[in-house]
Amino acid sequence: MAVVVVLLFALAATGGLYAAFAPAKKAQADTSAQSLTVQEGKKLFAVGCASCHGMNGEGSSDGPSLIGVGAAAVDFQVGTGRMPLMQPGPQAPRKKVAYEPAQVKALSAFVASLGAGPAIPSASDYDPAKGDVAAGGELFRTNCAQCHNFVGEGGALTKGKTAPSLKGVSPKHIYEAMETGPQNMPSFGDGTMSDKNRRDVIAYVYSKQGHEASSPGGMTLGGLGPVTEGLFGWIFGLGALIVVAIWIAARTSKVRKS
Amino acid sequence: MSQDEEMSSANNLPAEQDHGDGELAVKGDNPFADPGLPPHEHRRTDIDEKAANRAERQVAFLFLISMLATIGFIVSYYAIPKSQIVYIFLLGRVSALNFSLGLTLGVALFCIGAGAVQWARTLMSDVETPQERHPIEADKETREFVFEEFKAGAKDSAFGRRKLIRTTMFGALALVPLAGVVLLRDLGPLPGKKLMETNWAAGKRIINHNTGEPLKPSDIQVGSLTFAYPEGLSEEDEQFQEKIAKDALMLIRMRPEDIKDKTELDWSYEGIVAYSKICTHVGCPISLYEQQTHHVLCPCHQSTFDLSDGAKVIFGPAGHPLPQLKIHVGDDGFLAASQGFQEPVGPSYWERP
Repeated sequence: MAVVVVLLFALAATGGLYAAFAPAKKAQADTSAQSLTVQEGKKLFAVGCASCHGMNGEGSSDGPSLIGVGAAAVDFQVGTGRMPLMQPGPQAPRKKVAYEPAQVKALSAFVASLGAGPAIPSASDYDPAKGDVAAGGELFRTNCAQCHNFVGEGGALTKGKTAPSLKGVSPKHIYEAMETGPQNMPSFGDGTMSDKNRRDVIAYVYSKQGHEASSPGGMTLGGLGPVTEGLFGWIFGLGALIVVAIWIAARTSKVRKS
Repeated sequence: MSQDEEMSSANNLPAEQDHGDGELAVKGDNPFADPGLPPHEHRRTDIDEKAANRAERQVAFLFLISMLATIGFIVSYYAIPKSQIVYIFLLGRVSALNFSLGLTLGVALFCIGAGAVQWARTLMSDVETPQERHPIEADKETREFVFEEFKAGAKDSAFGRRKLIRTTMFGALALVPLAGVVLLRDLGPLPGKKLMETNWAAGKRIINHNTGEPLKPSDIQVGSLTFAYPEGLSEEDEQFQEKIAKDALMLIRMRPEDIKDKTELDWSYEGIVAYSKICTHVGCPISLYEQQTHHVLCPCHQSTFDLSDGAKVIFGPAGHPLPQLKIHVGDDGFLAASQGFQEPVGPSYWERP
């Protein structure tokens, strides 16, 4: 499957580059949807991305080269609003998505045309319903929990960098992040995790942070472990005990002597 | 008032108690005289039968709620399916079974306690009854009697005269605790060289922790993070957790020109480096790897190691760099250890070289 997709993109790239560099008359003849998407993407790229990443994604002092990062990386970075970057900083935060889905697709197609890289996964690759939550939990605790916390609440890294919370992140974006390793996150590509491993992890994260996430044990108290649980116990547990103790020891109302 | 005095005398209160009007006046010249108890005041339920009956009904009501809650507990145990999830305000989506079991049992227990407290507060006698303190020391005759008995016993046993018995008895008593001391041996064999060694050895293939398959160099891309254990370890193994606690390995790949440390470069394979995953501070699994800076951070105390420079400690309390495992590619094309770890993994200890 991956080979076919890569091949398609490679063909598209050839077509796209040809379209880009060929004289106008010949380009008009090439009207296949794919190359039109790449062309569209190139235009968007020149406006929104090229100031840092270079006109052909070759990178500059302000941004890394995008040759070979693949469509999945673009779909993640642009699809979660991290790119285009609003301002320089320790890392690009998640924010409102700046492009329409079709434009994201066009940008992905254009960057994919620059060099082979991970493609956008198909829906069956990341369907949480197909994963094993228990196995995913084990994988998550081995590979992801050190930074993202054991239920995906996120956590701090060095010098202002953070591992973001996974709340509300779509399964597709989780898959793409694992495959491409955005920013300082290491990638968990095919050599590290099998497709099944990744589906299991997504199923686990979805069961904890998706819109139907539940916590059978009761209040999660932020899912941060002993700190919030202890604080809650001290304030509300001891507080309730003190109230009861005061009630037990309080003087009963007396009758005035007559 | 007469009822009050009657109660006080019935409770055998101290003679100097102030029976009067509640004024705690200093009597005579002694400023520290016992002021006695304040006069007893009646509660509404003590004098009003209707109020007492109402209090009785309140207590009974609390006990009744407890009974209902216990029945509710039993019913919900059987009636609610284990996997049912409900939304509860403030709690979020929780298990319906857990929530109802906890709630009903909590109410049942709380109402028993609250009923008992309400009972004591409204209906049980609230007259304070002091209990006199007495000297702890026994009186003279008792003491003399005990000493005489002891001396007579000692004389009778010939404890002072028959030295052989005395000495052997002391010997026996002194030796008996040794039996207990010997049992401490069961706390386990001494660690021996266990802390110095891991299961990594020359030629052992490196197994991907996620897939259970041996790793090839092509599996490890620049910027990826892979966890591994040595060949021969199995997750089904009873001692797996104990072994992985020392053997856990992380593999990353850098561009060889980014590796600053000469030994690290020699021990790597085409930019792939393998480091122990156990922090050298207190042994937390350490793997907060930032793929752009090559810093790896410990989640426990923020020790930070620079994996591009021999895992040197650049921040935090860790005492020495993470141990590196020398790796190569075997004839079969899989990554393998060239030798075991050359220093103990994990935190420092007394005999650590």
